[in-house]
Amino acid sequence: MPSYQLSHIHALEAESIHIIREAVAESERPVLLFSGGKDSALVLRLAVKAFWPARVPFPIMHVDTGHNFPEVIEFRDRTIAELEAHLIVASVEEAIEQGRVVEETGPRASRNRLQTESLLTAIDAHRFDVVFGGARRDEEKARAKERIFSFRDEFGQWDPKNQRPELWNIYNGRHRVGEHMRVFPISNWTEMDVWHYIEAEGIELPSVYFSHQRKVFERDGMLMAESPFLQPMIGEEVFEATIRFRTVGDMTSTGAFESGAATLREVIDEVSATRITERGASRADDKRSEAAMEDRKKEGYF
Amino acid sequence: MSAELVRLATTGSVDDGKSTLIGRLLYDSKQIFQDQLEEVEDASKRLGTDYVDLALLTDGLRAEREQGITIDVAYRYFDTPRRKFILADTPGHIQYTRNMVTGSSTANIALILVDVRKGVLEQTKRHSFLASLLGVPHLVLCVNKMDLVDWSEERFDQVVQEFREFATRLDVHDLRFLPVSALLGDNVVHRSENMSWYHGPTVLELLEEIHVASDENMIDVRFPVQYVVRPHRLEYQDFRGYAGTVAGGLMRPGDEVMVLPSGFTTKIRSIETHDGPLEEASPPMSVIVTLEDDIDISRGDMICRPHNQPHASQDIDAMVCWMAEGSSLRPGTKYAVKHTTRWARAMVKSLRYRLDVNTLHRDESATSLALNEIGRISLRTTTPLLFDEYRRNRQTGSFILVDEATNATVGAGMITGVAT
Ligand SMILES: Nc1nc2c(ncn2[C@@H]2O[C@H](COP(=O)(O)OP(=O)(O)O)[C@@H](O)[C@H]2O)c(=O)[nH]1
Repeated sequence: MPSYQLSHIHALEAESIHIIREAVAESERPVLLFSGGKDSALVLRLAVKAFWPARVPFPIMHVDTGHNFPEVIEFRDRTIAELEAHLIVASVEEAIEQGRVVEETGPRASRNRLQTESLLTAIDAHRFDVVFGGARRDEEKARAKERIFSFRDEFGQWDPKNQRPELWNIYNGRHRVGEHMRVFPISNWTEMDVWHYIEAEGIELPSVYFSHQRKVFERDGMLMAESPFLQPMIGEEVFEATIRFRTVGDMTSTGAFESGAATLREVIDEVSATRITERGASRADDKRSEAAMEDRKKEGYF
Repeated sequence: MSAELVRLATTGSVDDGKSTLIGRLLYDSKQIFQDQLEEVEDASKRLGTDYVDLALLTDGLRAEREQGITIDVAYRYFDTPRRKFILADTPGHIQYTRNMVTGSSTANIALILVDVRKGVLEQTKRHSFLASLLGVPHLVLCVNKMDLVDWSEERFDQVVQEFREFATRLDVHDLRFLPVSALLGDNVVHRSENMSWYHGPTVLELLEEIHVASDENMIDVRFPVQYVVRPHRLEYQDFRGYAGTVAGGLMRPGDEVMVLPSGFTTKIRSIETHDGPLEEASPPMSVIVTLEDDIDISRGDMICRPHNQPHASQDIDAMVCWMAEGSSLRPGTKYAVKHTTRWARAMVKSLRYRLDVNTLHRDESATSLALNEIGRISLRTTTPLLFDEYRRNRQTGSFILVDEATNATVGAGMITGVAT
């Protein structure tokens, strides 16, 4: 192979950097969504690379449900501080207090859907016109056909039937005031690509990704962490287990599984051996309905 | 971890077996997760099929499921130790030329399916033509459903012959044929035991061995400036770099370069990345170039070599595919045009002809292009574009047309040259 043939991971990196630069060059007020998960940690790293030696030229926004893992919040604050970046927190708690949204009740209540309101309110308030997200097309079917530059109308809605054709590496980010673009720089990365890159680059992750002891109970075939936000129902027995999480989300809807993988290498070996997709493994919300994701996305969810 | 990235586009007429082939490719190459398979098994049972319908693996949004067809471009991923594939899955309906054009725009390889019983249909011709128009370097014709013709070599040869005759009219340099049964898996990932007369590679083997490294233009240096990096940090006070993606050629520090449109010449001082400086940059790397001299450069400018420059012109001839549902392209209309990293406005001066994508007949009396129609146009732009012929460089030879009222992407253009 001649020296100028890029490895696939470098080709993906180059594509992502191209996308990030393109979006920033053509927008007035970009922002990057950061959940503390591995995908957003990756997008953040790519953003750093895209503008180095300058600082990342946009703020970082976290939609905080108030139900996050404390480890993730700690990781978020440390990461932002290291980069000397500006953090904006869009709080779901605040939206509930102000009566903008009504919290679900019952043992299966989740704030997942409520995030959409906080996100859209923050986008409006800050007049953001480009919102970077860490979604990947291999995650599930509704994502597979979403554009890299994905148009959102003034209500933040996605219309899967009316998407702009996307050709070559030419992106059309034009929009009117009040509308915005969601931009997904790692659309073409697979879960394994992300893990290998994280390892190669030494990107730090929150500790919940690695094996640890935790009090859990079983629900719908998944292990849920016991927390002030999520209590077991009658018959759901709490026990201590050696577990880790495969994605990072709300404590109420992110499932854990038993694992002894304590290092990145062990995690990667485990992930490559597993025959269950990320979402199947850990998102309680998506299990509710096959088309759940598509519905949420149309409303403006990440 | 040094697999190559290869982009694929697939097409076929409805029911030729494209979804089944992709499902088979993913399934036999062990890319299917347990929960995905369970979902498909459940769905197969619900729909009453008596085998696991692998086509359901690639079924997308709910709307499609209702209609039982794929309606847009969806991307799927699979890999082998040597290569990682990004597959743009596009449907074969007549009204979806737009999607096929989109999926082919970045593809290295086009996989085209035909049903051996039906042979080369109008749609097959259309898909092949589109792949060649979009400059897909390698075309693979999968002759499917061989099980239904008793694995007949003769029937296969007939289809191949038919296609070869048609393909002489296309601009295709690398054309391959292979007999498969997507349903049973013959020659998809595993060799067929039913066709001992066939000695060539399987679909997956072919995808792994087709040489794609030379698909990029490594000759003409083209660097569209994307973003000017000027860090406001003490340690990099004097740093001024031009960020972009190499669109052609090899760039090295010390090379004499010209900046367009100003025409100033200077030398490359360094090629920088966050990971350290580089000795050489080539497509499709994203880098930062610093120059010896302080020249005023902004986004949309192009760095090239003094003796190898792109065309600079406001008058451009191009093939255009119209992609808008609610409007049509007409001479005299103005659009926004995006070419490399530059926006301009453009007026359609003339529609030279509309091309019938089935017969390749040129209709010179056409006065407009509607959705999914392709034609040759002349454009006049507000500022000169810095371009090459599309056949020479897909990055600097392509553009999109955008409706200034709706901001929708309405046209995809492939430049044929300076308007005459
Ligand atoms: N006998 C046979 N049937 C096939 C083969 N490939 C696909 N089919 C069937 O042809 C029909 C259409 O296939 P599908 O993959 O949905 O076609 P698509 O419209 O091109 O995606 C389905 O009933 C498949 O089971 C094959 O190799 N042999």
